[in-house]
Formats: sequence, C-alpha cells, structure tokens
Amino acid sequence: MATTPDLNIDRDSGNFRYDTTYEFDAGVGLNEQTIDYICDVKGEDDWVRDFRKRALEVFWKKPNPTHWASKQLDEIDFDKIRYYLSKGQRPTRSWDEVPPEVKETFERLGIPEKERAYLAGVEAQFDSEASYSNMKEELSKQGVIFVGSTEGLKEHPEIFRKWFGKVIPIGDNKYSALNSAVFSGGSFIYVPPGVKLKQPLQAYFRINAENFGQFERTLIIADEGAELTYMEGCTAPKFETNTLHSAVVELVALKGAKIQYITVQNWSSNVFNLVTKRGLAMEDAEVKWIDCNIGSKLTMKYPGVVMRGEGARGEVVSIALAHDGQHQDTGAKMVHAANNTASNIVSKSISIGQGRSTYRGVVSMPKHLKNCKNNTECDALLINTNSRTDTYPAITVRGQNNTTQHEASVSKVSAEQIFYMMQRGLSEGEAMSLAVNGFVNDLIREFPMEYSVELKRLIDLEMEGSVG
Amino acid sequence: MSEATLSASLPLSSSEVFAQRQAQLGLNADWFAEKQAAAWSQFQELPFPTRTNENWRFASLKQVRALEDFVPTPFAAAGDEETLVARSSHLKDYAGRFVFVDDNLAAARELDPELARQGVIFTTLIDALHQHRELVEKYLLQQSPELGSEKFETLHVAMMRAGVFLHVPKGVEVKKPFLVYHWNKNDGGAIFPHTLFVCDENAEANLIEFQESAQTDTRHLVVANSHVYAERGARPSHTIIQNWNLNTLSFQLNTSNAQSDVTSRGTVINVGSDQARQEIHGKIFGSGSDVNIYSLNVPRGSQEMDQRTLQTHLAPNSRSDLLFKNALQGDSKTIFSGLIIVAEHAQGTDAYQTNNNLMLSDTAEANSLPGLEIGANDVKCSHGATTGRIDDSNIFYFLARGIPRPMAEELMVFGFFEEIIEKFDNEDLAEFVRGLVQNKFR
Repeated sequence: MATTPDLNIDRDSGNFRYDTTYEFDAGVGLNEQTIDYICDVKGEDDWVRDFRKRALEVFWKKPNPTHWASKQLDEIDFDKIRYYLSKGQRPTRSWDEVPPEVKETFERLGIPEKERAYLAGVEAQFDSEASYSNMKEELSKQGVIFVGSTEGLKEHPEIFRKWFGKVIPIGDNKYSALNSAVFSGGSFIYVPPGVKLKQPLQAYFRINAENFGQFERTLIIADEGAELTYMEGCTAPKFETNTLHSAVVELVALKGAKIQYITVQNWSSNVFNLVTKRGLAMEDAEVKWIDCNIGSKLTMKYPGVVMRGEGARGEVVSIALAHDGQHQDTGAKMVHAANNTASNIVSKSISIGQGRSTYRGVVSMPKHLKNCKNNTECDALLINTNSRTDTYPAITVRGQNNTTQHEASVSKVSAEQIFYMMQRGLSEGEAMSLAVNGFVNDLIREFPMEYSVELKRLIDLEMEGSVG
Repeated sequence: MSEATLSASLPLSSSEVFAQRQAQLGLNADWFAEKQAAAWSQFQELPFPTRTNENWRFASLKQVRALEDFVPTPFAAAGDEETLVARSSHLKDYAGRFVFVDDNLAAARELDPELARQGVIFTTLIDALHQHRELVEKYLLQQSPELGSEKFETLHVAMMRAGVFLHVPKGVEVKKPFLVYHWNKNDGGAIFPHTLFVCDENAEANLIEFQESAQTDTRHLVVANSHVYAERGARPSHTIIQNWNLNTLSFQLNTSNAQSDVTSRGTVINVGSDQARQEIHGKIFGSGSDVNIYSLNVPRGSQEMDQRTLQTHLAPNSRSDLLFKNALQGDSKTIFSGLIIVAEHAQGTDAYQTNNNLMLSDTAEANSLPGLEIGANDVKCSHGATTGRIDDSNIFYFLARGIPRPMAEELMVFGFFEEIIEKFDNEDLAEFVRGLVQNKFR
C-alpha cells in the first residue's frame, strides 16, 4: 500500500448539549464543605458521611500514579472541577415526567426505544443524578432491586452496606478514593438466589455540563445461583476544557452466580475516564467483563476479578480503539485466591493515526494454591505509520501446580489482504474496513446482538483520499 | 601498602575510599579520572531504589540498600593466586586468557601471538587507557543499560579498576574464545569488574567470562559491567557464566550495541549468587542486524534472580530475539521484566521475546513482565510468557517406555535447558555449562 488511509470513526452521535439550570450545585473545587453539601442534598446517614470524609483524606494523601501511568494525569486540575450538579431530580418511573431537555438528550441517544426493544430495566444518569429509572414489574416481584446509590444505601442497607467499599477499598488508588468521597448516581442491583434475568439491565451515563466530574458508583450483588447481564453506555458533548469521569464498580457473585458486565464507552475526546472496576467471584461463580473503549482522551481502566471461591472463573474481553489524541490505557487484573480457579483475558486494540493503545495486566497466583490457570492474549493492530501500542503485563506465579500463558502480537493490515480484496472489486477503503472488522470480529460476537450491530457500525470506517 | 589496608577497612560509602583508590590507580588519563570523580558524586546523590520504582517491581530491596556492609578489595594480592589460576581451566582451548582475583590481576595475560600480530588488542583496561587512548575513549562508558541501576552503575564507574579491553580489528575472525576469569575471595569484599568488547567492521570473536568464588562461605558484593560494541558486519559472541557463591549480592549491567548488518549473540547463564540483579540492553543502531539475547537461570534455595531487559530498535529492518528460561526449585524467585521498544521510524522490525518458567517446587515464585512499546506499524513483534510445571503427558510418555519418574523428570528438565545450551557453537563450553547446571539438580 502506497499510503495508509485515515480511518474516521463515528464518534459524533453524542456531540450535542442542552442548556439547563441546576437546582443543586456543589460549586467548583473540593473540600469538606463539598462533601457536607452532597450529604445534605442527598439526606445521607452519618456513616456514609464519615465514609466520604475518610475517603477525601486518602484522596489528598495519595499521589497521582504518574510513576507508571501517563503524565497526562497531571493536567487534571481538581480545583476547577464541579463535583455535584443536579436538578434535584428523583429518578422518575415514567418517561413523561423527565425534564424536557434531559428527555430530549436521551431520546436523541435512543434510550426509550432501546428499553422498549429488549431491556429488562434501564437507568439514565444525567450529570450527578439518575433522571430516569425503570424496571419490568415482574422483576421487582421476584425481589430484584435496581436503584441508584443513594437509594440503595438508604433503603436497603442490610443488603448493600455489607459489600459497599469491600471489593474496592477506599485506598485502592487515588481515583477510587476520589469516587468514594464524592460518588453520586450509579446502579445498586441485587438479584435474589436462583433468579436468572433473561434480559439485560442497562444504565446510560451522560455528562452535560462543562468542567464537570461524574462519579457514579455501582454495586451489583448476584446472590447464590443468580444470573444477570448489565450494560452501560457513556457519552458526553465536546467541550473546550477537560471533563473527568471516575467511577467505581463493584461486583459480587456469590456461590454459583454469574455476572456479565458490558461497557461501551464512547466519551468525547476531552474526557478523562479513570475507572476502577472489580468483581468478587465466590465458589463456582463467574464474573465476566466485556469492555469496549472507543471514546475519551485518556482511559485508564483495568477490570479485575478476585477469584475467592474454589472453581471461580474470571474473564475480561476488551476492545480498544485509539484515534488521534487518544490514549486507551486498558487491561485486566486477575487475582487467584482459591484452588481450581481459571481466568481468561482477551484484549484487542487498534491504534489509528497518532492514537496510542496500552495493555496493562496483572495476573497473580499466590502460594499454596493448586490448579489455577490463566490464559492471556493481547493483539494490537497498527493502522498508520506513526500509530503506537504498548503492552505491559505482570505475571506472578508461585507454586508448581499453576499454569499461565501469555501471548501478545503486534501487526498491521497486510498489503496482501488489501490487494486480495481489491482484486475482487472492493475499494481500498472497504477492504481496510473489512480487515479491521475481521480483526475484532471474534470479540464482537461476545457482545449481545444489539450491541454487536451497534459496534460494527461504530467501527465502520470511512476512507477518504486514501487511494492515490 | 599501608594505604591499601586503610582503604580496606572503610565501607563503600566513605569518601576517603574513593580518593585513595583514585590515587592508587596511578592513572595518567585525566578524562577518565574526571569521569570517575563525577560518577562518585552522582553515586552520593542518587537515591537507592524504592518500592514504587517500576524498574524494581517485585525485587527484594533490603540487601541492595545495605551496601555499607561491604568494603572494596585492597590493591594487593588476595592470596591463593596459584590455586585459583590453576582452577581457571574450564576450557582448554582458547585464544587468550585473563585471571583476576578480587579485582587484582592474578596471572600474566595470555594471548595467541599470531592474533597480536594481526592487531587484536586483549589487555587490561588500565593498560588500554594508557596505550590505546583514542580507541578506548571512543567506546568506554558511552552506553548504559538505563534500566534502574543508575546508583550502582555510578558506584561501578567510580570504583572500577579491574577489567578487560578486547578489540578485534576490521575483518579479523577469531574462532577460539577469549576467556576472562573473575574470582572473589576475601570476606566482605566488593569488586567491580568491567569488560569492554569491540568488534570492528566484519570482525568475529567470542568472549567468555567466568565468575567464580574461591570459597563458599564468604560474603561478597559484585558490581560488574560488560559492554559489547559491534561495528558494521561484525559478529561478536559474548557469554557470562555467573557462578558466584550463594552469599554474593551481584549486579551485572550490560549493553550490546549493534550497528548495521551485525550478527550478535549474548548469553548469561545464572547459577550462583544469593541475589543477582541483571540489566541487559540490546541497542540496534543500524539496519540488517540480527541481535540475539539468551539466558538460562537455575535458582534454588532462597536465590533471587532479577533480570531486566530492553531491546531497542532505533533503525529499520533489523531483527532481535530474546529467550530467557528459568527452572525454579526451593523457595527461589525469578523476575523477568523485558521490554521491546520500536522507534517511530524503525519500520520492518522483527522483534521477539520469550520467557518460560518451569516451576519445580510449591514455594518458588516466578514473576514475568514481558512488555512492548511499538511506535511503527510495519513490524512483526510478539512476546510470549509461560509458567507451569512439567507436562504430565510428557512424563507419561517416558513412563510408558519403562523410564522411571525421577529420571523422566530429570530428562525433561535438562531438555528444557538444551534450547539455550545448544546455541553455543563451542562444544566444550556447552558440556561445561551442562555439568554446572545439572549439578544444581543433584
């Protein structure tokens, strides 16, 4: 190929915003008063207030992890961020009651249709608070709980307090501490023993305000033998200044439970997406993260699974697409903490233009465990001559009864492939598009059907001026 | 002599030690003396590695931060030289040989007179500084591994006095190996061996370093550096057989620098040391080169072998291959942290990196950090890391043929090493290494 074509990905479907007035605004900057303000607005119990304040201390103490991570983190000015913005909304169960500009936002993004089409429940978060939340009635009859974080902690403490902040402790990293201090919104889900949700639950996260930080907090508990699939999508309009999204997601899969957590992240290219996600898998339980990162300026996200019970399984399947000016720093963390546990990581990344994708992984098998297995594959595809990819796995194995294997490869779309397709009448652009889709195809099939169609469209490539 | 005894009683961190040693060197090379002085002050300023330093991830830091336990060895015969020189006989057939005991020359240099006639330089570093100043200045201390041991590297530069300069002129091919033996002997001593190996255009040579201890129960610090420079079309081969005693803390900080059309091989066999930290940086400055880096590690007991490597491709169309194999017994620990860097314009690079860990005990620990940083798209890069035990189906194959389990396991383990050993093109060396390695399983 004489020239390498440029790929354009449709990332603009979320690039619009509505002016809106906020009833509650914690102001700019972060201090103890910000915390008190959030607690007062939400009417939270004292233990939550204490938890938040402890977290704030930890956040201030911890340095940015720039000794291993991107120096871009230093660009975040915590004094210029707005930490809480809401219209005082309680999530409504009826779409008609949603404020008009919020409704229009989600209608443009197609949320109501999606719900009607196939979802078991949906929640839509606009800046700090959920503005809409609904779940099919028969599910609540079965005892399924699907609420926001504030409601979850206040109304079902007997269920959620036990695990809240336990899978990801406050001090896990600087950004989990920040989230613990100022979290708002997110989903708290409980699925009772033996209940298997046939359709996925969905949450939709939207940032509308400039200089805003979104800190949703999600805790999902699948009781013994329960099964669920949860999907989240994220968008924001493009602003001049940087926006911060820092979520904490904790999953607890009790004995024999299965949780599948799907993310399609399409933040605009000025969002710092610094997310901590971890699942706890007890005996024979399974936690699977399916992660697709298309948007944001810098994403740092390493979904993890702690396999605490015998026979637990953990899996991370991820696709990352890094365009000009983007850095997708993603990976996986597998902690084997019981015998006979197995984990699998499959990661594929595509770097376009000056985009940079990074895989970082941790696999750890502590002493005296038996028959733990890990398999890791990471493949990177580089489209342009100056695209960049990095791989930094860390694998620790103790004892002789455990096995790991790790493989990584870097490639480009081969000239032969393109030639072969062009010979059969495809344009160079179409050929390139097919080749890239082929590269991620086996992973896209892991997504639910509706999402895989959407993803294929997102990765649909536009080739312009590439053929000389 | 009184000065020597004095310096021997002062710990490494004392500034008097440095001043005395520089005076004793009796060097007539100001630029080198200045480098040493600069390195000494850098050493004082640089911090010891800390837990948050990525280059020291998983490493045990307690010992490496306690250098004051050691004193540099004095400028005097350590004793027993004759015995140790006699023991320096692992290979019978060689082109030249040096023997050092505690950083002091223990026997006269040996060099095939025919090679001397062809212009091959094989001399101590101090002599080279005086007699081949221009050549030495061009290469000495020009490259550094850049993998986290700056503190120990500056200490090495400030303290180095024993070392070897091997220069093979254009087009000269030497088939027999050059041998360098380093022995450490006196309890609590610190030594700083340095090797500078230059293969000029289209030259070929083979340098083997044997690192041994005179006794098993003495404590030592070793901070060694070896640098290989390969000019266009050169074919250097460099091997280190690290077999210090089990009370030695050793550092080996190496670079291998290839211009274009080079075929090079660097091998490190790790048998000894209590804790061995090694940094190996293969830098490829030219096109058409083929750089191979191999290592074999057989730790047992509480040994820790910590290896950090870099393969840096700065020019297009070169190839590099790295294969590190570890077989772990007892409570031993290995760390392999490797990185391939492909610079933006280094299109057409082929780079590979493989780390295999064979776990032979329930309490051993293998850490593997195989990394890639790729800045060009037309490349073939891959890495693989595996950790596991001997495959039961393979053992079954042996058992089915009447070979008892212990023997089957031994054969499997030795077979695991052969992939590295068979790459030596010197059968005597291969046989010596086989014996050394297999001894760790008896």
